[in-house]
Amino acid sequence: MFTVPEFSTLQAAIGRATEAEVLRALNSDHPGLDGLAALLSPAAEPHLGAMAKRSGIITSQRFGRTIQVYAPLYLSSFCANRCAYCGFSAVNTIERRVLTFEEAESEAMILHQRGFSHLLLVSGEAPAKLGVDYLEEMALRLRGRFAALSIEVQPLSIEEYARLFRAGITSVAVYQETYDRDMYQQVHLGGPKADFDYRLESPARVAAAGMREVGIGALLGLSDWRAEGLALGLHLAWLRKHYWRTGLTVSFPRLRPAQGEFKPLQPVSERNLSQMIFALRMFDPDVGLYLSTREEGRYRDGMIGLGPTRYSAGSCTAPGGYGQESAGAEQFEVGDNRSLAEVSAAIQKKGFDPVRKDWDAVFQVQGDRQQAA
Amino acid sequence: MLTIAGRKFRSRLFGGTGKFSSPEVMKEALEASGCEMVTVALRRIDLNNPADDIMSVLDRDRYLFLPNTSGARDAAEAIRLARLARASGGGEWLKLEVTPDPRTLLPDPIETLKATEELVKEGFKVLPYMNADPILALRLQDAGAVAVMPLGSPIGTNQGVLTRFQVEIIISQAQVPVIVDAGLGAPSHVAEAMEMGADAVLVNTAIAVAGDPVRMARAFAMAVEAGRIAYEAGLGAVSKDAAASSPEDGLGFLR
Repeated sequence: MFTVPEFSTLQAAIGRATEAEVLRALNSDHPGLDGLAALLSPAAEPHLGAMAKRSGIITSQRFGRTIQVYAPLYLSSFCANRCAYCGFSAVNTIERRVLTFEEAESEAMILHQRGFSHLLLVSGEAPAKLGVDYLEEMALRLRGRFAALSIEVQPLSIEEYARLFRAGITSVAVYQETYDRDMYQQVHLGGPKADFDYRLESPARVAAAGMREVGIGALLGLSDWRAEGLALGLHLAWLRKHYWRTGLTVSFPRLRPAQGEFKPLQPVSERNLSQMIFALRMFDPDVGLYLSTREEGRYRDGMIGLGPTRYSAGSCTAPGGYGQESAGAEQFEVGDNRSLAEVSAAIQKKGFDPVRKDWDAVFQVQGDRQQAA
Repeated sequence: MLTIAGRKFRSRLFGGTGKFSSPEVMKEALEASGCEMVTVALRRIDLNNPADDIMSVLDRDRYLFLPNTSGARDAAEAIRLARLARASGGGEWLKLEVTPDPRTLLPDPIETLKATEELVKEGFKVLPYMNADPILALRLQDAGAVAVMPLGSPIGTNQGVLTRFQVEIIISQAQVPVIVDAGLGAPSHVAEAMEMGADAVLVNTAIAVAGDPVRMARAFAMAVEAGRIAYEAGLGAVSKDAAASSPEDGLGFLR
């Protein structure tokens, strides 16, 4: 199983990096983990422009002049966990809601009409309110109308992931939040999520179940972002070695204002975030990189073509929020409120094609239930 | 003129539709390339939607539409995708791609052969994307592939014909057209493939991500033509030694 080194070990490796090592990594096709450590280090900061350029070239070569667009669909705000940073934390007194199948379908159809073909189904972690049966039913209902369905929900077993794959779920995101074990214990105050190792092993279970793609990520603002970047690199490399058939993606969620008034413990600037994205792109040219609406439009526009390959648009983080203006509590406040049409126009203005469909339900429609009409 | 499965092609350059900055740029670049066969990823288009961004700008009378199974991990997925595409009006021509490793996108020889056997039986005109393995090329040909598409180098790498030695054997043995596909990053690379005697080449990334895709498409078209003419005209033999000044050097002992 994948294990992550002590955070202090990662920090020491990054701290040792010299400018010469940064330059070597910048000029290498395969910088490796040593190169990644150098690119994440303070010694690389004066070379941010060169990193951006290199990251952009690698991204265009691998992914072309395209950005894939998608939307999240929040299904439930119930959560059994007490995470200090999250608006859905069990201790927060918010109005909670789980969408009925009909409500969720009508939310999905709003997104469909807006032009989305790739959906990310999101929920808080409350298996009693929203478990595998619910997700399987949602997948069966939606798969005939969407090209790709992903989930970001509580960690599941291999058998459960396999069931959802057969039902039409294409990919699964399970973010570690922080690879810093001590910090993880400090901010995950209760609930099943407090088990660091079970969460860390989740991406491997996703891959073992045969999912097409698994997404990993760290919530930026909890611990040292540089060491999180190196841990992500280690995790990517491990997954590539053990599950070569599985596509990999990384997300870079920066802490946003949320219910509960949690302030980032170690603020991550836009320059820091950019350095992390460029470094991981140079480390792994094939990984899909997400830049969600957590970030402001100005920043997202600026990053088009420099590394990220997937953008969400028109997102609402409250269950039922697409159909109703005031649907209740959001998981976090988005930074980019533009519609799909507006984000697409910004992508086109940069000379990139906003791709709405880059998958097909046919790949895995093999269950015994017919496609929805 | 190149003939594949009874259909004639004036241009020996085939195009792709992926990675372009917009459908309009794609359309213009394909026109400039002069190509008559265009491959389209089935995952990327919606065959049932007349307003599909790619399909709506491509003139089906001008181009032979070659759907591909990009994304398929095994024979079963590729076959399922092919059947559905045909049922939705995608035609019987098929570029078979079975690439289980999402990182290198290298083709799986075993699954590719299995899928070819099945799809040929079902009446598809199969053009399999394959690693440059001469025996595999023969096996695919025997299974009924209408052409074989060995890679020059891994897709999207722009490295050129790194598999030259293997591709030469494939060309010398094949009875079906050999189309060098993938990794051709510069007009000089396609000229090289055509000089070797490849029947055609397929180029996508190098055109789509060029600074000016339309001009680059034209450059590739010219290189394909130059390479083909050179092949037909008969290239001089390559030698490491200079030609002997006297043709009889070393033969003085002869009476």
